[in-house]
Amino acid sequence: MLSLLDRWLKRAALEVQEYVRLLGTTANSVFTPPFYRHDVVEQFDAIGVQSLTVVLLTGFFTGAALASQSGLTLDKFGARPVVGQLVSASMIKELGPVLTALMLTGRIGSGIAAELGSMMVTDQINALRALGTDPIRKLVVPRVLAGFLMAPLLTIVSDFVGILGGWIVARFQLQVSSSIYWSSVTKALYTQDVWQGLIKPFVLGFVIVTIACHVGLRTSGGTQGVGKATTVSVVAGSVAVIAVDFFVTQILVATIY
Amino acid sequence: MVEQSAERLTAQQLLDEPGAPVIVFDKVQLAFDDKMVLKDLSFTLLKGHTKIILGASGSGKSTALKIITGLLRADAGVVWVNGQRVDQLTERQMMSVRNDLGMIFQEGALFDSLTVRENVGYKLYEETNMPIAEVDKRVEEVLGFVGLREYLHRMPSELSGGQRRRVAIARAMAFKPRILLYDEATTGLDPITATTVDDEIIKLRDLESVSSIVVTHQLRDAFYVATHMAKPGPGGAVRIVPATPEKEREAEFIMLRDGLICFEGDADALRRSTDPYIQTFLS
Repeated sequence: MLSLLDRWLKRAALEVQEYVRLLGTTANSVFTPPFYRHDVVEQFDAIGVQSLTVVLLTGFFTGAALASQSGLTLDKFGARPVVGQLVSASMIKELGPVLTALMLTGRIGSGIAAELGSMMVTDQINALRALGTDPIRKLVVPRVLAGFLMAPLLTIVSDFVGILGGWIVARFQLQVSSSIYWSSVTKALYTQDVWQGLIKPFVLGFVIVTIACHVGLRTSGGTQGVGKATTVSVVAGSVAVIAVDFFVTQILVATIY
Repeated sequence: MVEQSAERLTAQQLLDEPGAPVIVFDKVQLAFDDKMVLKDLSFTLLKGHTKIILGASGSGKSTALKIITGLLRADAGVVWVNGQRVDQLTERQMMSVRNDLGMIFQEGALFDSLTVRENVGYKLYEETNMPIAEVDKRVEEVLGFVGLREYLHRMPSELSGGQRRRVAIARAMAFKPRILLYDEATTGLDPITATTVDDEIIKLRDLESVSSIVVTHQLRDAFYVATHMAKPGPGGAVRIVPATPEKEREAEFIMLRDGLICFEGDADALRRSTDPYIQTFLS
């Protein structure tokens, strides 16, 4: 039993060590040549533009459901007109960043782990190295940059369509007038909330992509290993999103408010 | 007098001499966890020669190639490539060593999101400043060498096993390395297709003066490469003919068993060996 725990701890420590090493090498590679600009552009498209549909749909329906649910509760206090406040505050501070990050984990986290994992088990990563290309610079850096910079943009889009979804429900289901809804949306927003909603996705985007790259590059064991890596990437990424969101929230609440 | 002129030669000039050692393995050891994969492995590859490493699965053949290219790091021992000690180089420092090393992986390891053209020209497109037109010309040239010029725009998934290996050879030779490492280049191929791959190995060795290490457990291919040579024929055609005794001696066999060399010598000596393990392997 003790040796089992011992082995598990050693494995966990090794994973953390390798993850930290990947972060260090990636940070160094971002600022030193060679750069693979073409791959960076490609990843901005793959991670950013191609995730737009899923983020739009998630954001819209989350905002709409939130307005619908909170309308019922607010009615008990005769506060139906403030539904806009609730939707905007929830979307911008919490739901927008977290749900966008979770969607990205499902879409790009699994994709990156599967792609890099397949390249590992078919020796393509070794072939890259043998041809004089550093896989971190060629494969990891473009994905990390794209994840880091596109997650905030996608979150802004998600926040906006979420509030829009909330407006449609407020206007047509809850019968709240448009002017009351939109004025309550802006009334509840403080600059600090906006900062919180903007800073979080940078961190979450970075975490999702680095976890996926780490898991992908540690894949072994053929096609079964690739499947396992994909699952691990999504599970670890999703848990990390929720946990990191909590800690970042604590830090931001303590520093910017 | 001769000694004095030899002293004046630079290291690079010495390496350019025929028969100079291009790869030296000196008491190399490597273990994965508790399993010792290579135990005191020592051998030398001479310029223009072929070293054929035979052995059962798990005997450490592919591991030796990965140590040469720096994909794996030896636990102990010294490795020299082109006069440079490589066993302690960092990944970044290894990049310059790899400019003169080409490796053909098992199954080819082609980049499946790139076309044949992009695969073959990968290093020249991505890692050099060579103009695109020149890269394209070189890609067509090497694809012509392996007889796949018309497959330029195909994806790797559209190629047969043999074609994939030949594209992998073209990719490895596109940047004109002086050393090529073949890791089970014919495994899983039918004998006829395997012969086309063997012919490319022979042509590269004899026409392009490439030093090579061929790792395989396919005896038929090993002996074919060792006992044949390429001869330029009329009109640029290349003929594969039985090797002269001198040429045959340029191909040396190494047999690995449990990470140790259990045989080293030419094709004749291997055939005549009375070692029971080798006899079993050859039968």
